[in-house]
Amino acid sequence: MSESAVQQPEAKQTPGVADLFFTFLAITMSGFGGVLPWARRALVDKKRWLNDEEFAEALALSQFLPGPNIVNLAIVVGQRYRGALGATAAALGLLVAPVAIMMVCGALYERYGGLPSLRNALAGLTAAAAGLLLAMVARLLQPLLHARRLPALLFAITAFVAVGLLRFPLYWVLLVLGPLSIAVAWWRLR
Amino acid sequence: MKGEDLVLALAWHFLLMSLLAVGGVYAVMPEIHRQVIETRHWMTEQQFADLFAIAQAAPGPNMLFATLIGWHVAGFAGALVTSAALCGPTCLLTYGVAHVWQRFKDAPWRIAIQAGLVPVAVGLVAASAYLITRAADHSVMAVALTALTAGIAYGTRINPLWVLAAAAAIGFAGYV
Repeated sequence: MSESAVQQPEAKQTPGVADLFFTFLAITMSGFGGVLPWARRALVDKKRWLNDEEFAEALALSQFLPGPNIVNLAIVVGQRYRGALGATAAALGLLVAPVAIMMVCGALYERYGGLPSLRNALAGLTAAAAGLLLAMVARLLQPLLHARRLPALLFAITAFVAVGLLRFPLYWVLLVLGPLSIAVAWWRLR
Repeated sequence: MKGEDLVLALAWHFLLMSLLAVGGVYAVMPEIHRQVIETRHWMTEQQFADLFAIAQAAPGPNMLFATLIGWHVAGFAGALVTSAALCGPTCLLTYGVAHVWQRFKDAPWRIAIQAGLVPVAVGLVAASAYLITRAADHSVMAVALTALTAGIAYGTRINPLWVLAAAAAIGFAGYV
């Protein structure tokens, strides 16, 4: 154990570097099909490092910036308590074990991925994984299905057609649709 | 391509994806799909769907399918570089912005940027779902499994892990 793991009795709500690492490790290892709900449970309900409002704000920042949202969240929380070291510890806690597990899975897949019995299992697994993704899309679409949000829905559909069906490069689609959509949002917010 | 060239190509591609991933990594999945399958021929559509499904069934953030892609293309170094490239730039950006977030979180321009980008990101995630579904559903049974899983995940609070396990078992038994 490093020195930072030693807990001051009065410092219950300011986690140490090791604390950050192990908490995000626990979060990530319980997070199947999405880590975010587990992060909330651990950080707000169990550890009480953040209250509801602080969590919502950290999440808003994580979602506003590009990249894996949950990794951004780990950076925000880690930095809040222990600066650069805390941010590094939280992000590593989140990533080290799953990345190692993925490497083992990758090696197994390369070696046995062609076996008929494994091919069968993967056929079932991919069909279900596609279903999970479709459910996520349904949830994301729901807020756009109001007459008032018609412009937003049209931008979503255009992005889907351009990238999913026409297979245009993402750069061009973002470069054209992004500013247009932001301009429309700006105009409607005023 | 030689090993080092592959790793460099992966690093460059996923560094770009990191910064383009507005609304999370599923928004850049169609572009990753286009690059690794259509442009560079690193894998088949089937393999891409397999790797995505394996990542879904494992614990951790959903960016991990990129780690698997890295492994498939260039082994250990590929997996490591891909994971670091996808997280690195945005980690630094988040670290830098967190200080000043309070100052502009309520600014109209920030709210407009988010309000404008969210619908585009939704369309991109929908494109990901379309590409994965197209690669996964080659039989009536597979379509039924996809629909059933979507319904369960959307309508109930059952842990998706059980649904994935059941689907893998049904597949293993040779029904898909």
